[in-house]
Amino acid sequence: MTTAPSELDSPEVDEAIELSPPWVTIVWNDPVNLMDYVTFVFQTYFGYSKAKSEKLMMQVHEEGKSAVSNGNREAMERDVEAMHSYGLWATCEKS
Amino acid sequence: MTRFRKRRKLVAVSFAEHEAEILANLLRNLVELLYDGLPPRATESSDPLAALLDSDGPTSPPEDIVLQRLLPDAYGSDDLASAEFRRFTERGLRDGKITDAKRVLSALESAGADEIALEPDEQLSWLRALNDLRLAIGTRLGIEDDNDYATWEKLPEDDPRRLTYDLYDWLGYLQSALLHNMR
Repeated sequence: MTTAPSELDSPEVDEAIELSPPWVTIVWNDPVNLMDYVTFVFQTYFGYSKAKSEKLMMQVHEEGKSAVSNGNREAMERDVEAMHSYGLWATCEKS
Repeated sequence: MTRFRKRRKLVAVSFAEHEAEILANLLRNLVELLYDGLPPRATESSDPLAALLDSDGPTSPPEDIVLQRLLPDAYGSDDLASAEFRRFTERGLRDGKITDAKRVLSALESAGADEIALEPDEQLSWLRALNDLRLAIGTRLGIEDDNDYATWEKLPEDDPRRLTYDLYDWLGYLQSALLHNMR
């Protein structure tokens, strides 16, 4: 057992060592893909609930795009590749 | 008349002969397109590292507008990162799309007039292949905006694009019917 130190320097925050910002996968609207199919892809690939998948799909449809996942760059490239395999138009970018 | 029905986890589909033939032809064209313009694969003797890492794919977007849509850039404003992504992934993406299309093709070819029973993983291949066909035809037709449909639906009977649009519409019906029978 030990006692708490009586005096402690407050830790300094160095902005340079903060975690690098995560990346996002963006799915873009396109006039061909069926709305039900886009919802299905979000449910199937990401494992999202039907409600969440429909919400993201509507955001793509109405706002032109939606950030559908986030994480490190490698993970986002995997998600983009998967979206392309399903025929969805997706890109990755820094959030 | 194309019919879909649900059988436990399977989805059964049957086509009229001429419908199966139309779908098969579209798929053959798609497969041919996907093989087109792909640089020869690196071999262990030509570039051992590239062969090992599967990093010998193309670094610039395809010239064909349909392939551009099927294999889009992964970065909106970073050409270098898009090129690098393409080098590592485009070959695999093309292979996956070819595999899906060929799976549907061989099912159509072996079924004849019989009903085709699709297992869950086959259903996914069908959905993706039908979607790739819609993207291909939609791109060739020039469907660019959600609001275009009012115009497309009203194309006069003698418009040369009418037949292609009807095909596109039919593929949408197939994809939608398959999807609804999967649930």
